[in-house]
Amino acid sequence: MTPGGMLAVQVKALARRSIRRTLRQPASVAPAILFPLLLLAVNTGGLRAITQLPGFPTSSYLDFFIAFTFMQGALFATLNSGTDLARDIQTGFLSRLSLTPLRRISLLAGHLSGAMFMGLVQALIYLSVGVAFGVRLETGFAGVIVLLALAGLVTLGFASLGSFFALRTGSGEAVQGLFPLFFVLLFLSSMYLPRNLISTDWFREIATYNPVSYMIEAIRSLIIEGWNAEALALGFGCAAALATVGLTLSSIALRTRLGRA
Amino acid sequence: MKSRSASVALAVAWRNLHSYFTRPSLILPGLLFPLFFFVAFAGGLGAVANVPGFSFGPGYTAYQYVFVLLQSAAFGGVFTGFSIARDFETKFARRFLLAAPKRGAIIAGYGIAGLVRWIFTATIVTIVALASGMNVGGNGIDLLGLLTLALMLNVAALLWAAGVAMRFRTVQAGPLMQTPVFLVLFLAPVYLPLDLLTGWIHAVARVNPVSYILEAARGFMAGDPVYVGLAFGLAALLIAGFLVWARRGLRSAEASGA
Repeated sequence: MTPGGMLAVQVKALARRSIRRTLRQPASVAPAILFPLLLLAVNTGGLRAITQLPGFPTSSYLDFFIAFTFMQGALFATLNSGTDLARDIQTGFLSRLSLTPLRRISLLAGHLSGAMFMGLVQALIYLSVGVAFGVRLETGFAGVIVLLALAGLVTLGFASLGSFFALRTGSGEAVQGLFPLFFVLLFLSSMYLPRNLISTDWFREIATYNPVSYMIEAIRSLIIEGWNAEALALGFGCAAALATVGLTLSSIALRTRLGRA
Repeated sequence: MKSRSASVALAVAWRNLHSYFTRPSLILPGLLFPLFFFVAFAGGLGAVANVPGFSFGPGYTAYQYVFVLLQSAAFGGVFTGFSIARDFETKFARRFLLAAPKRGAIIAGYGIAGLVRWIFTATIVTIVALASGMNVGGNGIDLLGLLTLALMLNVAALLWAAGVAMRFRTVQAGPLMQTPVFLVLFLAPVYLPLDLLTGWIHAVARVNPVSYILEAARGFMAGDPVYVGLAFGLAALLIAGFLVWARRGLRSAEASGA
């Protein structure tokens, strides 16, 4: 078998293991699917009147707010995958793997592929629920593909950060401790209102510097605006930058961890 | 017997508060989440005050402060429920059950701890709110009404969580303690007054007891009290109902040998 073929086999095996393990834990999967949908229902119901504000870009708050759901789903996928990786470290599975001819890149790629797959499944569920309740993408079917691609990239970015923390600390609790930090990033963004309608100056300033705002706005543009090259470029750019930083840090942390093992 | 019950309650409360104030992993979630919701709602949603029909004298920051105060009270009670579950999981609660002549004093002890924990959180949230320029419309009596309602919600949530904790006796029952509380809070008029809600959320909020407690608390903050009798009556009913729930939970723990 060629080195490339061997790599693909290793990545596939580890990704399958990661997906199976996640699916076997309903206590982890159910909140990741239900909690974002619950927040979607509560917020779209409670903030429906906000669409009456002058300059609000759509008459449906569901269309506006559903973008946040994809981000929250990515966050859950991240925490689950980071916690699983930390468990592999705690149980010694990673140490045993380090004794095999497995390539380091396969370990990370397999693990992150599993996280991305779960992120995409979640995104498809959110989108189906949204469509069932009246969400229509201005960009049509092509927009669905782009939306899923962006959701996958965002999941990869967050998941690589989760993996970094798991590899650095080797503790599932430390990975779970990231939840408030990521949650703050989500909430201090343009998730509730377009940035030009945020009336509190300091909050608008933070939302403008927060890359999560641009990821949300890119997804939102596909749903309520149509093709907006600038929003998409910023969204994909921020997600790609996050993924690059996360992957680099994870690779370094993995090298250190396997060196210790 | 009375003084022994009091000493049991105080001992349980002291132990709980000691672990709470000496462990950042316990103190931070209870403190950071209300602060974080306050910042996100009051800062990010200030424009909601411009929605046609919205009127709240002291402004949107005060409007959200009241929700966050009640939310911190409810979750303060729930987090104390986590401590109870942990005590049962680690079998520490067994010693309480063996030592206490009247076991209701154990619940009272956790109740005192929950209250002190919430007062600490509420003080920090209030300082942050006032520092961010929050206006207060109500007078001293109104604010006492607001704090009393929040305190009653804290006790009700604690009794609910204690009932769950003593039936399941494991921290894994945490989602069961907090999810219903989260739902009931967020199915109330969080962002806009009850009158401005439409559709299914309006129908649900109208039959949600927390809606009236929240509206009354906001009325106190604005110096224009509404639903006062109804809100206090509902809060008292919640406490009475969950007291029975918690006492039965205690009996279930006793029967199991904890």
